[in-house]
Amino acid sequence: MATQHSRSAARIMMAPAVVLLLGWMLVPLTMTLYFSFKKYLPLRGGDLGWTGFDNYVRFVTSSAFWPSVITTLVIVGGVLVITVILGILLAILLNQPMWGQGIVRILVISPFFVMPTVSALVWKNMFMDPVNGLFAHLWKFFGATPVEWLSDVSMGSIVMIVSWQWLPFATLILLTAIQSLDREQLEAAEMDGAPPLKRFAFITVPHLSRAVTIVILIQTIFLLAIFAEIFVTTGGAFGTRTLTYLIYQRVLESQNVGLGSAGGVYAIILANIIALFLMRIVGKNLDA
Amino acid sequence: MTLKVSTLLSACAVAALSTAATAETITIATVNNGDMIRMQGLTADFTEKTGHEVEWVTLEENVLRQRVTQDIATKGGQFDIMTIGMYETPIWGKQDWLVSLDDLPADYDVDDILPAMRGGLSVDGTLYAAPFYGESSMIMYRTDLMEKAGLEMPDAPTWEFVADAARKMTDKDNEIYGICLRGKAGWGENMAFLTATSNAFGARWFDEDWKAQFDSDAWNETLNFYIGLMNDAGPPGASTNGFNENLSLFQQGKCGMWIDATVAASFVTNPDDSTVADKVGFALAPDTGKGKRGNWLWAWALAIPAGTQKVDAAKEFINWATSKDYLALVAENEGWASVPPGTRTSLYENPDYAAVPFAKMTLESILSADPTNPTVDPVPYIGVQFVAIPEFAGIASQVGQEFSAALAGQQTAEEALEKAQALVTEEMEAAGY
Amino acid sequence: MARAITTQRKIINTTAAWTIGLLIFFPILWTILTSFKTEAQAISDPPVFLAFDWTLENYGVVLERSNYGRFLWNSIIIAGGSTILGILIAVPAAWSMAFVPSKRTKDILLWMLSTKMLPAVGVLYPIYLLFIKLGILDTRTGLVIVIMLMNLPIIVWMLYTYFKEIPGEILEAARMDGATLKEEVLHILTPMAIPGIASTLLLNFILAWNEAFWTLNLTAAKAAPLTAFIASYSSPEGLFYAKLSAASTMAIAPILVLGWFSQKQLVSGLTFGAVK
Repeated sequence: MATQHSRSAARIMMAPAVVLLLGWMLVPLTMTLYFSFKKYLPLRGGDLGWTGFDNYVRFVTSSAFWPSVITTLVIVGGVLVITVILGILLAILLNQPMWGQGIVRILVISPFFVMPTVSALVWKNMFMDPVNGLFAHLWKFFGATPVEWLSDVSMGSIVMIVSWQWLPFATLILLTAIQSLDREQLEAAEMDGAPPLKRFAFITVPHLSRAVTIVILIQTIFLLAIFAEIFVTTGGAFGTRTLTYLIYQRVLESQNVGLGSAGGVYAIILANIIALFLMRIVGKNLDA
Repeated sequence: MTLKVSTLLSACAVAALSTAATAETITIATVNNGDMIRMQGLTADFTEKTGHEVEWVTLEENVLRQRVTQDIATKGGQFDIMTIGMYETPIWGKQDWLVSLDDLPADYDVDDILPAMRGGLSVDGTLYAAPFYGESSMIMYRTDLMEKAGLEMPDAPTWEFVADAARKMTDKDNEIYGICLRGKAGWGENMAFLTATSNAFGARWFDEDWKAQFDSDAWNETLNFYIGLMNDAGPPGASTNGFNENLSLFQQGKCGMWIDATVAASFVTNPDDSTVADKVGFALAPDTGKGKRGNWLWAWALAIPAGTQKVDAAKEFINWATSKDYLALVAENEGWASVPPGTRTSLYENPDYAAVPFAKMTLESILSADPTNPTVDPVPYIGVQFVAIPEFAGIASQVGQEFSAALAGQQTAEEALEKAQALVTEEMEAAGY
Repeated sequence: MARAITTQRKIINTTAAWTIGLLIFFPILWTILTSFKTEAQAISDPPVFLAFDWTLENYGVVLERSNYGRFLWNSIIIAGGSTILGILIAVPAAWSMAFVPSKRTKDILLWMLSTKMLPAVGVLYPIYLLFIKLGILDTRTGLVIVIMLMNLPIIVWMLYTYFKEIPGEILEAARMDGATLKEEVLHILTPMAIPGIASTLLLNFILAWNEAFWTLNLTAAKAAPLTAFIASYSSPEGLFYAKLSAASTMAIAPILVLGWFSQKQLVSGLTFGAVK
């Protein structure tokens, strides 16, 4: 269909976006690679020469490395599971006839508009504080000892905060997908006497698979980068140090740019492994 | 009256000085502590006197440290004045990253600055940052609860007494916790307190060969003592409490004792914010009879990064904000108790200020801190609650996380110390010590 | 009979949905309520829900302490500028991917997304040094560019999925009529894609508004948006819940209101190609 003319035109039209992103990828990447082979300590005079693979070895052999990779995966995985499952249930509920649907939708999507720093601050101080937080009051009201959220269930707390922020996004995408579900097909199944659970499992779920992969893909990209939520709440203590946070500690707290850059390269590798894995799935789904 | 006249005179002097220079806009990075926010509120006075405008970048402590360190290390030139502490100043001064402040005008009276503060902010006798407020640490305690427990707080208590009193004051059913101490991970949070406290137990970070000392008995004793005490008499969630969290708790009347920065005294005695304002007593930080007290020394100070185009205007600002006249200005507007403490000898000689309840104990605490001989055994470093080497912030933050986890009961003190020892050794080797 | 069941069902649905909706919204509501309390009431035990003396004092304090207007303006410019610029660059790219697909189109699309995976912290020093060299530290221009680049992959992806849904026959008909490429994009595609573009615009505006790493680290006084404004209230000395709530409310209110009004567009448009 496309002519030679429109092909070259298409290339020209794609050029700005591609060139810009290529630059945005290559320039920092090259600089990170450059620094990662240097002993670069800003507080000790800056560039102290080449060190080969020292930074890479040091970063990966540090006792903090593997735990941080696992923490990253647990947080990303935990949030994905929670947001997808609750998102599906919520989307189904929101698709039912009810009064005030518009307002309920507004209520449900609102957390998405809150900046991560603000939501972390609000959760940490006004809800999870073991003395003055609302949860502490609630626990005391029922005669229980308040939970020390951010130290005793640190991972759970962070997963919960982040899930609260991303649940609206998952719900929205899943909702649009459900809305496009063929009503006649569902009704026919209902007529045939298929019980609700069966209808859900055999019609709704397969229909949503594509939307779920999209949710997983987009959210993973954002979740791998979460920082503010950890910085504000635990500062990486109590086993909540993700790879991103470990790099932050190396670069900004220890002021070891070389070591941090090597960490950055590892993070890129990890991200790409996950990306490759995800894109296999999504890529397949996109063909349809 | 005489004060007013001298204020007026110096105002004229500054005004005369500034007519020669053009009016500029300077950018100042500062921390969101009460005294700095008050300073922002008084900026108009500075502008009126000099014609210079000020742009404030007010950030939370951790964010501020990160921003200014990064900017000065890359020579970003975003700020004309940076608010930094006693830890950064000697390190940055040595790198020639800061503008020397030795040429402040005579009426600034640099000799009036408390020697401990001046010493901590100088490198080889050159002043690199002017103290805005200075602090040590001391005990703040509830006089009523102490009485109820049938005890009397000496001016210079031992840790044994403090621990005993804390356990007796605790009444968890009524949310009264005998002692509130920092537990939140961070080199400026729990590690400031624990490093200072460890001195009283005779512990040190490094021996004279820069070998980490977390495997010593003294550290073991310090950490076990601290964790045991906090478990018995501390508030819930202590492992996430820093200065601000403890301040809130104390103001709400939930702490029997609190050992922390002397500047907190003006907050806990301020009836606007504190429910226990009239029931607070003060004492020196405790010791263990080894000859050292765990009281630290710190100053938030104003420094000019080398490379700024507006050195003169920046100096004028520092001259204004850290002067005697500024103290008088705050006193006039908000009362003597709100004056930034701990920087000038003349303030403590002022009879008006002597009436402030915490003035005497603050000064005594500051004077008894000794950054060059912080602990019982000799050390190769300077600093009471920190070690003035560039690597410290990074190392201590990680050690702080281990200690915080130990306080939360996620590992034993021994495990935390073992990890700390390994981690510090690793990092120090990497840094080439 | 059937009617009775639907009404009954509707009541159950409504109750369930409202309960869950309010639960999800509660943290925001609580923040807004707390912002009207005094500091003492904000931590009172037991907590008060509505029966407190409403006060505007906290807003007064926040407004007096910070130049809220400038932070707000910077946020608008940075979020708006980066979104618009991003869309201008993305529309042609997405168009050509959707209508002149080649074998590599999908690879390019996925590669674009993968550029988002570069961890920001790791490249902070390089980018900071680059910004100093270019002299765009603490400028809105610098931030507009960075935020635009960050969101460009998402914008391209979203637009691509919308464009793909436009039937190709319309284009062919237009071509038969002798429409040029420019006319095709401007007069046929763009109007049809307006709903898609609108929801792309919205989503990216929100993402840009809430971006808190680069906006905080690459600004000082002049270009700092609301994310930096919040950083000065996050943990000051003394009681601060009420003031923090007031500052938080001020930081999220504009985007929250925008989101509420454009809820319909966002809901109908946010598909990312999830719907065939």
